[in-house]
Amino acid sequence: MNRYPLWKYITVVVALVIGFLYTLPNFFGEAPAVQLSPARATLKTDAQLLSRVEAALQGAGISHDGIFLDSNGVKTRFKDTDTQLKVKDLLEKTFNPNPQDAQYVVALNLLSSSPKWLSNLGALPMYLGLDLRGGVHFLLQVDMAGALTKRLDSMSADLRTLLRDKNLRHAGINREGNAVVVKFRDADTRTKARIVLEDNQPDLTFVDGQDGSDLKLTASLKPTAVKRIQDFALKQNITTLHNRINELGVAEPVIQQQGADRIVVQLPGVQDTAKAKDILGRTATLEIRMVDDTPGALEAAMAGQAPFGTELYSERGGSPLLVKKQVVLTGDRLTDAQPGFDGQTHEPAVHLTLDSAGARIFKDITRENVGKRMAILLIEKGKGEVVTAPVIRTEIGGGRVQISGKMSTMEANDTALLLRAGSLAAPMDIVEERTIGPSLGADNISKGFHSTLWGFLAIAAFMMCYYLMFGLISTLALAANLMFLVALLSLMQATLTLPGIAAIALTLGMAIDSNVLINERVREELRNGASPQAAISAGYERAFGTILDSNVTTLIAGIALLAFGSGPIRGFAVVHCLGILTSMFSSVVVSRALVNLIYGRRKKLDKVSIGQVWKPGLDSAK
Amino acid sequence: MEFFKIRKDIPFMRHALVFNVISLVTFLLAVFFLATRGLHLSVEFTGGTLIEVSYSQAADLEKIRGALGKSGFSDYSVQNFGSSQDVLIRLPLKSEQNTAKLGESVMAALSAEDASASLRRVEFVGPQVGKELAENGAMALLVVIIGIVIYLAFRFEWRFSVSAIIANLHDVIIILGFFAFFQWEFSLSVLAAVLAVLGYSVNESVVVFDRVRETFRKARGMTTPQVLDHAITSTISRTIITHGSTQMMVLSMLVFGGETLHYFAMALTIGILFGIYSSVLVASPLVMWLGVSREQFIKAPKAKDPNVSDDGACV
Repeated sequence: MNRYPLWKYITVVVALVIGFLYTLPNFFGEAPAVQLSPARATLKTDAQLLSRVEAALQGAGISHDGIFLDSNGVKTRFKDTDTQLKVKDLLEKTFNPNPQDAQYVVALNLLSSSPKWLSNLGALPMYLGLDLRGGVHFLLQVDMAGALTKRLDSMSADLRTLLRDKNLRHAGINREGNAVVVKFRDADTRTKARIVLEDNQPDLTFVDGQDGSDLKLTASLKPTAVKRIQDFALKQNITTLHNRINELGVAEPVIQQQGADRIVVQLPGVQDTAKAKDILGRTATLEIRMVDDTPGALEAAMAGQAPFGTELYSERGGSPLLVKKQVVLTGDRLTDAQPGFDGQTHEPAVHLTLDSAGARIFKDITRENVGKRMAILLIEKGKGEVVTAPVIRTEIGGGRVQISGKMSTMEANDTALLLRAGSLAAPMDIVEERTIGPSLGADNISKGFHSTLWGFLAIAAFMMCYYLMFGLISTLALAANLMFLVALLSLMQATLTLPGIAAIALTLGMAIDSNVLINERVREELRNGASPQAAISAGYERAFGTILDSNVTTLIAGIALLAFGSGPIRGFAVVHCLGILTSMFSSVVVSRALVNLIYGRRKKLDKVSIGQVWKPGLDSAK
Repeated sequence: MEFFKIRKDIPFMRHALVFNVISLVTFLLAVFFLATRGLHLSVEFTGGTLIEVSYSQAADLEKIRGALGKSGFSDYSVQNFGSSQDVLIRLPLKSEQNTAKLGESVMAALSAEDASASLRRVEFVGPQVGKELAENGAMALLVVIIGIVIYLAFRFEWRFSVSAIIANLHDVIIILGFFAFFQWEFSLSVLAAVLAVLGYSVNESVVVFDRVRETFRKARGMTTPQVLDHAITSTISRTIITHGSTQMMVLSMLVFGGETLHYFAMALTIGILFGIYSSVLVASPLVMWLGVSREQFIKAPKAKDPNVSDDGACV
């Protein structure tokens, strides 16, 4: 009765082999490596890039421990960190001859030193969280209200163009809070306008209204449109962050959406938080607006009474400038920005390339406003600055624009980089930040490892003393559990954090419960006079219901933690839940397989080694 | 080896009232301390900045405080963290300060005083995030409770699920009471420990209840207290060995895990100790007082199928 069919043994053996294979990479540790990846989507990571890297290394006479190509780029492994740093400089020089216009990201990384055949199987070491490897973690909150107002601003410009095209006269278009208000002189025009606008602006709902003598048409965004704009803002910001982080040169950055309006950024290995924050926190957007040169308006604005629909800005260099609130063009329409020099004056300049829609708008605007001034504004953290306010001499087509004026070469470079890295669709704030030094990470690993090791040994020693052979079997099952858990974490590449290691330890401490339950049951059956074979069988069977119940309750707690936890709690919960599942398998199936293997084959089994089974009847005088 | 040589069932239920009074008193004390002292919440919940700095020699806390004061910080707390070389600085949330630069400016102030100061870790949590974490924590607790009640009601009987959850919630309150009394820092990982303990010690009650059910089915003519006594007695060795094993692991974390895991392990230790007590000695009397009886377990199957044996192995 205590025999497993062959397939069960095979299942257990296969599980153990797979578990062992995927646990293996964790023993090899990691070696310093340099990662080269393209900074732009247009550049390919292919065998050619690999051979270029190899050629560069050969040229410098540097030997490597292996060179790999994957979807991220080319990774080269080295013996020590000195070579690693040397190679980083070498590759930086070879692949980015012009540091202002970096084509490739060269980053320091760590690579698993496990043999190639293991990596080919997809067996990688566990993915360590920031608290174990060091780095920076940011949680950024996207200002969704900001994204909406920005969108409404550009929509009101669209409305204005539409009405003008249809020759419908309005008495002003303004954004008021989360709505755009269009004023009309007579009801007839309003009705006509409403029909036109409703046809052309499916994202807006229109409501008629009255404001004193003025007739109003209030346009507000439909809920679906609001949601779409917010989703888009978040995605755009994530893309922008990706581009910016590429400039930082981080090997494995994590940039993920969290919840509806948050973005997590994790930069493993980065220690210079100041620079990281500087680059992430920049929310530069480009806006092109018209300058209000009406005589007297500027003086009025400086006295604190800016004419309606205008704002006061200061030009680079300090002189004040009155700029219309209406945005002609935003940075969204920008496809490229490069630093350079003005063809005639040889002043440092930034060359912009606009997309086709942007080019068309720009052409129209310049044609209609020849002789007037336009302001190019760089808006950072809600504060705008006029980079330059040139006079439009002629119509500019083709979408190629040059910004110049009172810029140093350095400033031109910065502006170009900032604009090129993409503008953020909505401003963001850092709401959570964690920086973990590399020494702390190593400390945390060793602390977590030692806690688990000594705890495991203590339990193993106790179990073997108390339950003898069954204790050994329980210990082996527990070891199998640990192996399955590590293999599963490696396979899933789930992030392992210090709370995660604590969860491994705790789960092992709890998992032994199942084996204790079984062993106690077997002893009890023996005490009640069952034969050893029957006792083993009944012990396992009866204990199973209890094991199931108790694991389900623990699992409920684990899942709740997973659902509502964030950060450290999540790391804990993932491991805890996985550990409960693997413990069910190892403590019931694996340990039973071992027991069956040892005892199941014997026809006449007189005794099992489960420690002393004390029977009340035997040692009492009764 | 056999630790538990129990000849007769131990009459736990005779002292049920005593156990419950003890636990009620502990519970009330915990509530009292929670109400009067409150929890010392970590920056994760309150929002603020936490900076861990390491020195090459034992750190002079007074000097650090002086350096911070000179640089215009206020309301900071400076204390050793784990060893005399490591220092933990806490700064409350301030709207006028540039939080993004806080870490650097603190480090600048400290490096000016002692060049060996090296940054180990910075944590900044905004007010909104902190509030959400607290809310999510409470939500997780609620879901765990509801989930367990439903599962136990489904697997056993409502009386069992109610008493198990009461017994184990009182563990949670007692852990919190300890944290309030000693003003230990209550962080996210402590919360994780508390919830893990809740799941874990409910499973303790489950083991006992399983036996209660089995005994009710198998043994006729035993009174309810006798059944409970028997169930507890026959599982007591498992209870103590299991908890002992888990505690060994937790102890190992307490010893080797360092400062970061200290309170996590502490919460688990308290949880495990009180877990044994409450799930065995509090939950069982509650079941008894709620009026559990043999009929609740055998009536239904008998009405359906008279051939079903009273074998305890049905799960």
